[in-house]
Amino acid sequence: MPEIAAPAIIKPRRPHIIARMFRALRLPMNDPFAVAGLLIYLVFIVVAVFADQIATHDPTEILYTPAYDLAADLRPGQDGFIMGTTSLGRDIFSQLVYGSRSALLIGITAAFMVALIGSIIGLVAGYFGRWVDAILMRLADIAFGIPFLPFVIVLAAFLRPSIWNVVIAMALVLWRDTARVIRSQVLTLRTRGYVEAARVAGSSDFKIILRHIAPNILPLSFLYGSIAIGWAILTEASISFLGFGDPNSISWGYMLQDAFASQALAKQAFYWFVPPGICIILVVSAGFFITRGYENILFPKLSR
Amino acid sequence: MKNFKAVGSRLLQLALVLWAVVTILFLMFRLMPGNPMAAYIDPTFTLEQQQQLMAQFGLDKPLWHQYLIYLGNLLQGELGQSFRYREPVGQRIWILLPNTLILTFSSLIVAYVFGILAGAYLAWRRGSWVEQAAIPLVLTTRAMPEFWLGMVMLAIFSFSLGWLPAGGTRAPGNEYSGFLDLYTSRDFLAHLALPAATLAIYSQGLPLLLMRSNMLDVMKEDFVTMARIKGLSNWTVVVRHAARNALLPVMTSFAIAVGYQLQGNVVVESVFSWPGLGRELVNAVAASDYPLAQGAFLMIALVVIFMNLAADLLYAFLDPRISHA
Repeated sequence: MPEIAAPAIIKPRRPHIIARMFRALRLPMNDPFAVAGLLIYLVFIVVAVFADQIATHDPTEILYTPAYDLAADLRPGQDGFIMGTTSLGRDIFSQLVYGSRSALLIGITAAFMVALIGSIIGLVAGYFGRWVDAILMRLADIAFGIPFLPFVIVLAAFLRPSIWNVVIAMALVLWRDTARVIRSQVLTLRTRGYVEAARVAGSSDFKIILRHIAPNILPLSFLYGSIAIGWAILTEASISFLGFGDPNSISWGYMLQDAFASQALAKQAFYWFVPPGICIILVVSAGFFITRGYENILFPKLSR
Repeated sequence: MKNFKAVGSRLLQLALVLWAVVTILFLMFRLMPGNPMAAYIDPTFTLEQQQQLMAQFGLDKPLWHQYLIYLGNLLQGELGQSFRYREPVGQRIWILLPNTLILTFSSLIVAYVFGILAGAYLAWRRGSWVEQAAIPLVLTTRAMPEFWLGMVMLAIFSFSLGWLPAGGTRAPGNEYSGFLDLYTSRDFLAHLALPAATLAIYSQGLPLLLMRSNMLDVMKEDFVTMARIKGLSNWTVVVRHAARNALLPVMTSFAIAVGYQLQGNVVVESVFSWPGLGRELVNAVAASDYPLAQGAFLMIALVVIFMNLAADLLYAFLDPRISHA
């Protein structure tokens, strides 16, 4: 066997790139709440991916009962509708299942953009300092002066109402928190010995940032990213609830708006407007629990 | 002297932020579909009115000129004419502002009193099952969409139990002679209860978590150990020594919370048909009443910006160890 025959050169094998990245994220696997949060994420991701298989009906289709009546305002379990139907005869369970798609889509893309923009700005401001820092941090001050929700509402209403415009509007404002925290972290990192050593050795700024500083702030970016997932889902829900959401996608916020506008409160249709809220709470608090697990790793002082 | 310089640079920063936000607002309202005149002129205005507004806002001039006129008008508090109400935007905003402020402050005061007491208690009971159960519960209240909480409250307390009215600020038909007369009436307070409770449940998490973590920090300080060594009672140590010091950052967070709350009000006011700035902003945007939307946005932004300033100054003032570097 040739594999065994050539043992002469034993290179210390570096772990696979994905394994290394996974380790660099330092997922908080020993905190029960953080694990619960990750599990909740996992369940919703599975539901979102297999929505077509899980949903019992087309979420936008107007349905009829076996007796050929409009299937409007049916209670859970009636005529085989697991969670009942809306006032326009749509299946609530299927809407809930498909709602997980837009929630995760918005949550993950917005969080990715917020973490990416915030990290890059924080890195650049913290590393280069001086006027670069001054300009970028004044921009952050300005972003802090913009009322977030009204800004998203106005942009979503003036541009074409779509999921992407909501995501962009959020990214335009929410990078500020991430950038400030990353910057202050970079300020301490860049005075460390190994960074000095790399500089003396003639590494370029780009290389120092990418190889020596960025890996150290990755967990922090991920922390702020997971906070942003919650913010994004809550914001999208608010925007849809106010009627400025994407009319072509079923989201939990849209379901709540539909229920509110169709007098579900007066009809006591708890089966209609409670489940979407619970789903939002589950996903958003999952993010909080993961965040808390992270804080225990990153700032052990807090968990004394 | 150092402090004066710090305050000076903070004020400079304030001026920059104000200018930038006002400029963003100007550009945003030029983004919308249709022609730029639509920002101030409704087709149903009389020709005379249209011409007057054209001149007032320079709508026939190039964009940079419009911008200068816009800045000048803002400085004089001139925000244009509301399309729907047929009255100056400024006047409309002054009618709505008290409703929003009353809702914001009443809910925040309840939230802070509760949050501070509960936070101190949880820090004191560190590690107990009460704390173990309470913290995830508090995080869950932070994860709720405020409007959804409002819907559930409405469905239970208004539609199901019938204890409280479902929306607005007063029962139909009730007229009040003055400000104070309305705001102290039973009718008004009954209408205030549900939206204020909704916002309070959402907001208590921030002061609670802050107070708790501050308390945990302060309890480890030397002066607390000293107080214990002196043989003071547990109550005296926790309340008189630790809690007073842990309170400072919580109080400054109040100013930030006012700014955040004002943004959250947008949805909660809509659920409860509360005639405030947030609901008006939503309605104005939906009905293309651009001058009113612009005015409401500006007013909310101003409160946010000045509350950020208040928080910074208060922080430096209350805790002399903090200096503006």
